[in-house]
Amino acid sequence: MSSGFWRSASLVALRDLRVELRSGEALTVVFPFAVVASWIAPLATSASPLLLRDLAAPVYWLITLLFGMMIVLRQTALETRAQRRALALTGLDPAARFAGRSAASGLVLTAVAGILILPVIIFYDYRPPSGALLMAPVIILAAAGLAMLGTLAGDVTIGLRGRTSLAPMLMAPLAVPLVMGAAQSLESLVAGNSIITWILVLVIADLGLAASGVMSARALEEIAL
Amino acid sequence: MSHPWSNRPPSSNLPLVDLVDLSVSLGGTPVLSGCRLTLRPGESLGVAGPNGAGKSTLMSVVATFITPTGGSGAVLGTPLGSPRIPAVRAGIGWSGHLPALYPDLTLGENLALAARLGGLPASRGRLVLEQVGLGGAVGIRAERCSNGMLRRADLARLLIGSPRLVLLDEPDAGLDQEAAPIIDHLISRTVRRDGAVLCVSHDAVKLSGWVDRVVEMRDGRLL
Repeated sequence: MSSGFWRSASLVALRDLRVELRSGEALTVVFPFAVVASWIAPLATSASPLLLRDLAAPVYWLITLLFGMMIVLRQTALETRAQRRALALTGLDPAARFAGRSAASGLVLTAVAGILILPVIIFYDYRPPSGALLMAPVIILAAAGLAMLGTLAGDVTIGLRGRTSLAPMLMAPLAVPLVMGAAQSLESLVAGNSIITWILVLVIADLGLAASGVMSARALEEIAL
Repeated sequence: MSHPWSNRPPSSNLPLVDLVDLSVSLGGTPVLSGCRLTLRPGESLGVAGPNGAGKSTLMSVVATFITPTGGSGAVLGTPLGSPRIPAVRAGIGWSGHLPALYPDLTLGENLALAARLGGLPASRGRLVLEQVGLGGAVGIRAERCSNGMLRRADLARLLIGSPRLVLLDEPDAGLDQEAAPIIDHLISRTVRRDGAVLCVSHDAVKLSGWVDRVVEMRDGRLL
């Protein structure tokens, strides 16, 4: 891929990040609701501290998936046809658009997923296992995968009448390898095992999504115009 | 941004738009039928017609956004529907009904993005905003601008580069009288540089003030 590709991708990513920072929706709307959602299990179950600690990791990944979908699907949902058309007429490579948009969503999602650890620790009295910092690349890989999947799902459903419900339904089952890889990494860490296998699962899933996104970008753009 | 067409000698008189018996159906409904249109370098053409005549669809076809379902057509020397079409898009400038600006970005950021994606310096965005009388609004977010300001900024987008084919869909919608020279300037600049302009409007009188000739469109047919 040429330097022009990465230059265009970085321009798209900067645009999306700037839009996200200005609107502040991820941090001021989605994140507070995610915190409230993470509080529901302790409130509803009155469970014992031990049970809550067992619930902490699954609830964290579930909330990251659900609210992550909202963040990554929002970007494509906001873009108008006029904006897409104007972008196409700049000669922008649709694959660079996919890469840039995914990078921006991935960064926002990584930040939200990182901060979401705090309420889970507080509400579930969760004790992170030793070597918990190894989860940083896991979260980044999972966020990158969800971002690419969301960008792809958003592009596939552009123009469809039921896109607001169709896009998450399309995305959720395809996110299974990502959520499984991330959740099992943590389980392995807790059990004192190596997490390399699960990191590889995440890397392979990410590479597959990147290839799918880049290869389908042109065809999806033609449909979206 | 360079593309194969922009490298052709400016003296070439090959049509920039050439539609032959072109038809388009959307969702099974015929929208355009039997459209014949040729636009050569240095020409400007207006298409006038009532709402629903198919003017905007015609513009979308010429802008390469919609592939015709019948007949044939070529834009900037490339057949419509061919895999080479995306490569000629950088030679097309288009302003539609709605401004293609990002509401959360300032006018300056919007135009700088368009300039940089087109391979030009970001400062070019500020320059064209000044040309359309928005030099003082560079730092204002698009969502806080009036409709007239957005339309001006959208036309300024077309002044960033030098598109060979300029497509204007109701270009004066939302613009005041003082902004009319922007449209004149855009059209005359394009024509002077051996480009071509296709402009659609419901108002034939207005169109005739901007372009060389005006044709009428009714029920998806060019008359």
